[in-house]
Parts: sequence; C-alpha cells; structure tokens
Amino acid sequence: MAQLKIRPDTLNIQQMQQKVLPNGPAAAALLSAGLACLTLGLLTTLAAAFPSLALALQWYQPTGELSGESTLAVGVCLVSWFVLARHWQHRQVHFTRILVMTLILLVLGLIGTFPLFFGLFAH
Amino acid sequence: MLFSRGDLLADLHGLVLGALFLLAYSGGLAGLIGLRTEWKTERGLRVQMRRLKIGTVAMAVIAWLTVLVGTYLVYPLYQAQYRPVLSETFWNTFAMAWKIHLGWIAPLLATAVAYVVNRYDAQLAREVRIRQALEVVFTAAFLAAAVTGLLGALTTKVLPVE
Repeated sequence: MAQLKIRPDTLNIQQMQQKVLPNGPAAAALLSAGLACLTLGLLTTLAAAFPSLALALQWYQPTGELSGESTLAVGVCLVSWFVLARHWQHRQVHFTRILVMTLILLVLGLIGTFPLFFGLFAH
Repeated sequence: MLFSRGDLLADLHGLVLGALFLLAYSGGLAGLIGLRTEWKTERGLRVQMRRLKIGTVAMAVIAWLTVLVGTYLVYPLYQAQYRPVLSETFWNTFAMAWKIHLGWIAPLLATAVAYVVNRYDAQLAREVRIRQALEVVFTAAFLAAAVTGLLGALTTKVLPVE
C-alpha cells in the first residue's frame, strides 16, 4: 500500500511542469511597451527640432503632431510586440536584463517627452 | 446651461476616468503583492487571479479611454479656446506640453501588465521575477498617470476648458 501513496507536493510540481509557460512572452510585452515609450520621446523631440516633421505628424489637425506621435508609438508597440512574442514564444530569456532594458527605454522616453529637454531643440 | 460640453468632457476625462485609473492601481498592486502560492489555497488563488485579471484589464481599458478622450476630445477644445495665449503661458509651454505626452505612457505600460497577468494566470504566483517586474511597471504606469493628472488639474484651474 505504501507504494501507492503519492505525495501531494510532488503531484503539484508535476502539474506545474506540464503547464509552465516560459518567460519569453512576458518579456516581449514589457520590452515592446518600453520601445513604444522611446518612440514617443524620440518623435516628440524630433518634431520639436524639425518643423517639417511636426507638420507631417499632424494626422488630426485639432490635436496637432501629438496624433501622429502617439499613433506611431502605438504602432511600434504592436509591431515589436508581435515580432518579439513570436521570437520568444518558447524561450526562457534573462528577465532581469529585459526589465532593466525596459526601464532604460522608459526613462529615455520620459526625457524625450520632457518639455525642458525637447524645448532645447525647438525652432 | 449648468455644464458646457467642455466641462462635461473635462470632468469625464479627469474626474471620472482619471480617478478610476488611480483607484484601480491600488487594488491591482495589492493583488500582485499578495500573490504567493505559499499563502494561498488553490481555490483562494483562483479567486484572487480572477480579481487581478479583471482589475488589470479594467485599468488598461480605463487608461486608453482617458488618454483618447483627453487627446481627441478635450485637448482640441483647449487648443481652440486658448490659442492666442498658448505660447506665452507656463501652463501651456510646460504643463500641458508634458501632460499630453506623458499621459500616453500609462496605457502602454498598463496594457503590457494586463496581458502578462492574463496570459500567465495562476503561474504568476510562482514567477517571482515576472511578478516583481510587473509591480515596477505597474507603478511606473501609475506615476505617469498621477503626474499627468496633477498637471491636468493645475492647468484646468488656470485655463479651464468650457
């Protein structure tokens, strides 16, 4: 009878191992959000520096260049998410490194959208 | 008329959606921090995950609604009413210029968090690294929204949209 006993914790570990997802999809989601923040910051600064770009980004006149900047940032987020998610679908990645990269991209995006910074390049 | 269209839109944007977003954050963060396999029964974990999934998706949806209403409905009214003084006031050259960009960061981050919570489900309780990353990103989304909200409230005091 002793041979038939299954330790509950062993069973849980086996169940967990069957269903476990690698961390790749989570890394893809976070990194693509970071890339979108960087895109927003970059476009904001570039639009301040180049009036012709600012004009080209005015996709909805009442909102000005913000319409183009934000739409492109969302586009970069979706495309990069799709690409990274496919690439890392079954992969285990160095998650701390991805988080640090995401935070660096976020900070760069924040700097790019900070008026005192992009004002330096304004004409 | 008691409220103009601008008043109503500004209130929807800042008071209703903005406040709901900020409130949803505290619930979501508490859910993420409290997610530990060793503290939960299987049933308890299921119940908490359901709440966390609904909470984070709601937060992401509210963030998108807030930023879309702000960008495409409220901001054009503000531009139309204050165009003559826009380049002269601190409230436009700094506060509004930062707010309109910073606001877009919150839904981008909140969406990533909501996706990960829904994709990983109960596995998240065992994934310490992912959970900690979500707490950091979730907090960054909150801070972006909080600063945006504060700038919006101060700007509205000085240059109210009507």
